[in-house]
Amino acid sequence: MKTHNNFEERFEFAGTAKTLSLVAIVIGVVAIALGFVFGGEHVQRTYSNLLLMSYYFVCVCIAGVFFCAYQYVAQAAWSASFIRIPQAFAKVLPYASIILLLVVTAGLLQTHEVLEENGKKEMVPYLYAHWAAHGITTPGSENYDATIAGKSAFLNIPFFYSFLVIVLGAYSYFGRALANASENEDEIGGMSNYNKSFKLSAIFLTIFGFTFPIFAFGTIMSLEAHWFSTMFGWYNLAAMHVSGLAIIALTLILLMKKGYFSWVTENHLHDLGKLIFGFSIFWTYVWFSQFFLTWYANMPEESVYFYKRWEPEYKWLFWFNIVINFVAPLLLLMSRDAKRLINRMMWVCIILIAGHWLDYYLMIMPGTVESHRGFAVEEIGIFLGFAGLFTFLMLTQLSKVSSLVPKKHPFLDESLHHHI
Amino acid sequence: MSKTKFILGLFDDPDDMMHGIEKLQKNSIPIYDVYSPMPIHGIEDKLGVKESRLGYAAFCFGCLGACVIFSIVYYTLVHDWPMNIGGKPNFAMPNFVPFTFEWTILFTAFGMTFTFFAATHLFPGRAPRVMDLRATDDRFVIAVDAKGNIPHDDITNLLKEAGAVEVKHNDRKYVSYE
Repeated sequence: MKTHNNFEERFEFAGTAKTLSLVAIVIGVVAIALGFVFGGEHVQRTYSNLLLMSYYFVCVCIAGVFFCAYQYVAQAAWSASFIRIPQAFAKVLPYASIILLLVVTAGLLQTHEVLEENGKKEMVPYLYAHWAAHGITTPGSENYDATIAGKSAFLNIPFFYSFLVIVLGAYSYFGRALANASENEDEIGGMSNYNKSFKLSAIFLTIFGFTFPIFAFGTIMSLEAHWFSTMFGWYNLAAMHVSGLAIIALTLILLMKKGYFSWVTENHLHDLGKLIFGFSIFWTYVWFSQFFLTWYANMPEESVYFYKRWEPEYKWLFWFNIVINFVAPLLLLMSRDAKRLINRMMWVCIILIAGHWLDYYLMIMPGTVESHRGFAVEEIGIFLGFAGLFTFLMLTQLSKVSSLVPKKHPFLDESLHHHI
Repeated sequence: MSKTKFILGLFDDPDDMMHGIEKLQKNSIPIYDVYSPMPIHGIEDKLGVKESRLGYAAFCFGCLGACVIFSIVYYTLVHDWPMNIGGKPNFAMPNFVPFTFEWTILFTAFGMTFTFFAATHLFPGRAPRVMDLRATDDRFVIAVDAKGNIPHDDITNLLKEAGAVEVKHNDRKYVSYE
């Protein structure tokens, strides 16, 4: 550890980072526009990708709140030296939530005609067609579906919206409150803000644990509304956490390479690496549990989900998902030394960010675009667009805080001397 | 010829002890070992302690556990006495994952524990041997092998200067709790 650190250091958001993120946003907008211009199957693909990326975007910001909260509840010291980064993620959550709400609203409002399996033509919305199609829960309607009608207490528009708004609003509130408490601490010092953060975090984690699975059920699992899995919520929690940690670590590493965060050492990276490694294994555990129970029971209404993912156009991606999200971090991050190498960590983070994009892709695409899967303008462009938007908003928030380190955090000194 | 086998410097403050280590190292006196009732960060680097190989042992035990259970289940349920369970193939990989995973962890945990016991001479029922009884309580102890490190008085003085509250010249290497 260095003996002299400049804790007044501020992040200045300018230059290449700003230009590149703005360029990425433009690419994203162009990709969305192109998707609509191409028409036909491309519109569905555009919507699916918009949902994928806005969900990913929201999840990464939630991961920032989640990270701060469990660090405070565990009274962890090691993370204090870079807690400003997850705090910046948390402060972007309101914007991400609004974008997700806009995307699902547009997807629910815009309808198109599809040919059903029984040869009937039907008008369905682009997103959530399996439960939000007109008349699907009205007895006597020609679109009536008894299974979906049985689930309509959960799968209905008012509940869907109010749940999204309330849950994302609550998460955003807690994220803001934690960040504000930390910034207030910089000014007045003392323990009051730390104690307040502890309380906020405990309340947040209680609410979060019960609501996040339902959020995942509503936003993603309901795309294939006939199918359900109680594992799905935890599976998404694991994906959200791993990808969030990977982006926190990547942001930290890139800023360190730019000369910021000079007080962060390989010991902090090592701990982040352990979390990434551990939660990659946890992700695999829930992924496998979900697959295994379905495979063993072999009930048609459950196995249809995996049946679709075993069709030729998805099968190799289905296996590749395991390779990239389990085998890669397992082999690349297993040893102690690997977690302490800045470039190794950076590449594993990049692999995992791509890996969890693929993970979400496999959750969303087989139920929406089905066999018209692709990997071209929409996928790459919309990914870049959201990556740019996230970078732009997050770095803007980071540049607003008065210093990159919570200088009056009670555990800051311990964090600076962190050694493992 | 003195009968002293080990010279122990007893400190009541870990910072003083770290200072003592520096002093001995500056005077090129090899340190046999250091005992502390609590973990001290960075002391391994200072003493040049080699990195633990326990992780490699853990890896080997894990692989062993995986192979053992995989072989047992393969022999019993695929080779020797195949049974039809739920119409699944006899050799279906998903079935093999949970117990292979469990046995990997089981062997790793037990293997690491026994390796650690073997390496530190700690076995259940065996009274642990220590160089000074208070090293597990409130004393930080630097042990110097007396053989070859002379004159002993110089070492005593160095330790005293560093702030040792007591310096012992022991004729036996260990004392026992018994």
